[in-house]
Amino acid sequence: MANKKSRLHIPRPTARPGETPDFSYLELADAGSADKPSINARTRDIEYLSSGLVRILDDEHHAVGPWNPDLDPAKLQVALRWMLLNRQFDKRMWQIQRQGRISFYMEAAGEEAVSIGAAMALRSGDMCFPSYRNQGLYMYRGVKLVDMMCQCLSNTRDMCKGRQLPVMYHSKSGNVFSISGNLATQYPQAVGWAMASAIKGEDHIAASWIGDGSTAEADFHHALTFAAVYQAPAILNVVNNQWAISTFQGTAGGERRPFAARGLGVGIPGIRVDGNDLLAVYAVTLWAADRARRGGGPTLIENVTYRGGAHSTSDDPSKYRPKDEWAAFPLGDPIERLKQHLIVEGHWSEKKHEALEEELKAEVHAAWKEAQKYGTMTEGPFLDPSTMFDDVYAETPHHLQSQRRRMREVESGNGNGGTS
Amino acid sequence: MAQMNMIEAIRSALDIVMDKDPNVVVLGEDVGYFGGVFRCTDGLQRKYGEHRVIDAPIAEGGIIGAAIGMGINGLRPVAEIQFADYIYPGFDQVVSELARIRYRSCGEFFSPVTIRTPCGGGIRGGQTHSQSPEAIFAHVSGIKTVMPSNPYDAKGLLIASIESDDPVVFFEPKRIYNGPFDGDPEKPAVGWSSHPKGEVPEGHYTVPLGKAEVVREGSELTIVTYGTLVHVAVAASEATGVDAEVVDIRSISPLDIDTLADSVKKTGRCIVAHEATRFGGYGGELAARIQKECFWHLEAPIGRIAGWDTPYPHAFEWQYFPGKKRMMAGIRSMMEIE
Repeated sequence: MANKKSRLHIPRPTARPGETPDFSYLELADAGSADKPSINARTRDIEYLSSGLVRILDDEHHAVGPWNPDLDPAKLQVALRWMLLNRQFDKRMWQIQRQGRISFYMEAAGEEAVSIGAAMALRSGDMCFPSYRNQGLYMYRGVKLVDMMCQCLSNTRDMCKGRQLPVMYHSKSGNVFSISGNLATQYPQAVGWAMASAIKGEDHIAASWIGDGSTAEADFHHALTFAAVYQAPAILNVVNNQWAISTFQGTAGGERRPFAARGLGVGIPGIRVDGNDLLAVYAVTLWAADRARRGGGPTLIENVTYRGGAHSTSDDPSKYRPKDEWAAFPLGDPIERLKQHLIVEGHWSEKKHEALEEELKAEVHAAWKEAQKYGTMTEGPFLDPSTMFDDVYAETPHHLQSQRRRMREVESGNGNGGTS
Repeated sequence: MAQMNMIEAIRSALDIVMDKDPNVVVLGEDVGYFGGVFRCTDGLQRKYGEHRVIDAPIAEGGIIGAAIGMGINGLRPVAEIQFADYIYPGFDQVVSELARIRYRSCGEFFSPVTIRTPCGGGIRGGQTHSQSPEAIFAHVSGIKTVMPSNPYDAKGLLIASIESDDPVVFFEPKRIYNGPFDGDPEKPAVGWSSHPKGEVPEGHYTVPLGKAEVVREGSELTIVTYGTLVHVAVAASEATGVDAEVVDIRSISPLDIDTLADSVKKTGRCIVAHEATRFGGYGGELAARIQKECFWHLEAPIGRIAGWDTPYPHAFEWQYFPGKKRMMAGIRSMMEIE
């Protein structure tokens, strides 16, 4: 070793465009093989969960092993419906963006189980601090499709009054926080929310989601430290979808240790879970939620999944990864897997699935028709731009009132607005 | 009324709001058991418990991020950043998050965090314990920026800040924690007992955010300033014999332009003074606003007195700090303009 020179290791993905997809780097485990510990287990005794992979649905689509939550088939059908709605909604919105009718969009294709599985395991009083690919949380927590579409349109019914890029939703009544375009900022906020819950003596917990890429941000580490120090009742999810725009998960440091192991150094148990197995996502979230609710502190969950689509409508993944990589992803498609499970168990059929797909397409279509009534980018009614001065502060201060007046003068052509 | 220095006044403000509102919590480095490196939170943990006065890890981004989350969950957090020089790791949480949560969610969510942070030089703190970054925060819409110059205002403004549903960055000029400082380092230190604003009511009161105060009436020149330099301006005015009106703006944002303009219209001359560096600084905003309001009343160009545009040097603190000598020179040169 003594004669070797120091040199940088530059992480490289296993396949680039034109090459054969290669997921040999992905450590897998058989469904049902991971032990399920008590929620009271000490972190040091359950480190295996951070390097293993909790899976419930096996290759024959049966639910197996100690983590199997034995969910009622009717509940699983509902889960399938939500995931499929998420997929159909995204497809339609993507198309709408391509037609130039909204400025921007981000789809969750391939990652639907991450939001829906967790949402099903949480209680309605638990607070979600999502990332931008968690639209499923808003849907599950009661935000209407038409309201999500109006947000993307920045129209007169836009919950954000034209202030936010498409997909940056919020829902106070659904307990889903406002999405920020600055990555990872929601993580320490979720921990603070959870700390407040404990300070107030309530049993609500907070859950947050972050991408594999943004685990590199300081906020990720701040959140881990605070969550560990105060044993905050929080679930910290890493959505490892393998790609952060064009950089693969190794660039964020995923090559040597799983993201689930990031918490071990501060004493936070980590669970690496098959993020495309809705049952597994549900089961580990429920375990972490129970643990947090009973004073056991935070859990870091790495959802291993794959970003099926582009990062956003502004992105072109064919420039940096093989086109057929998703098809080769060993954990498959979460919708297809739950569908096959229900079929194998005799609770679903291809015919029913097609009918559901058609029903959801119609639901999305109807929502889009309604959304446009509140205005589009080109046709009114339009939002009043003077609302841009609202909500900067609790009460509009003098200088903003004055700027609002001047803007109105300039826009209406009545007066020149002056200078200041 | 009681005699208080600025530390005691700040502690009294915290005590009063914590007593009144169980949702007020304090978090920061060394604020709990120890009571803060400047003692502003001394005794609060003993009184209100470890769940409400929280010793935090050394992670300003984490402190502010967690405080934001607490605020979203109905608490009213007061985060202490031990020195304003340390606030930058939390800058993104202030600028991109705290300042904009109400706006981006159209009022559905808000987080009424107050960030207290000692600022300014004059304590031999060198470049990492002397900065005055208020202009950086004043530039950000959605937060309010405050800097008191005396115990009475400190208490009243801090209570108003904590009770405000808007986020506030509350700068505490640490050179005047224990007594007013007139900018002459050769003179022995004096305590607040010698100053009328060291008389502080023991109970609850507020000083409204967004209101400036004329601290010395005068007819020949207006000095618009805040923080430690309020005292420097008063002393320099008296030492030169120039009858200057000194206006303490107190709230950097929102700014009470009317009080400033009324004064400058009366005197016709204006110096804008702050301890922070000049280039791109808050004084530029003050000068622009004042000349806009008072152009036809001005008898001379508005002058600026500020820290030199260098980092804060440890050994040359008194050459850097815009103290009494520099303020006097500035006043004299302003009066020479025909």
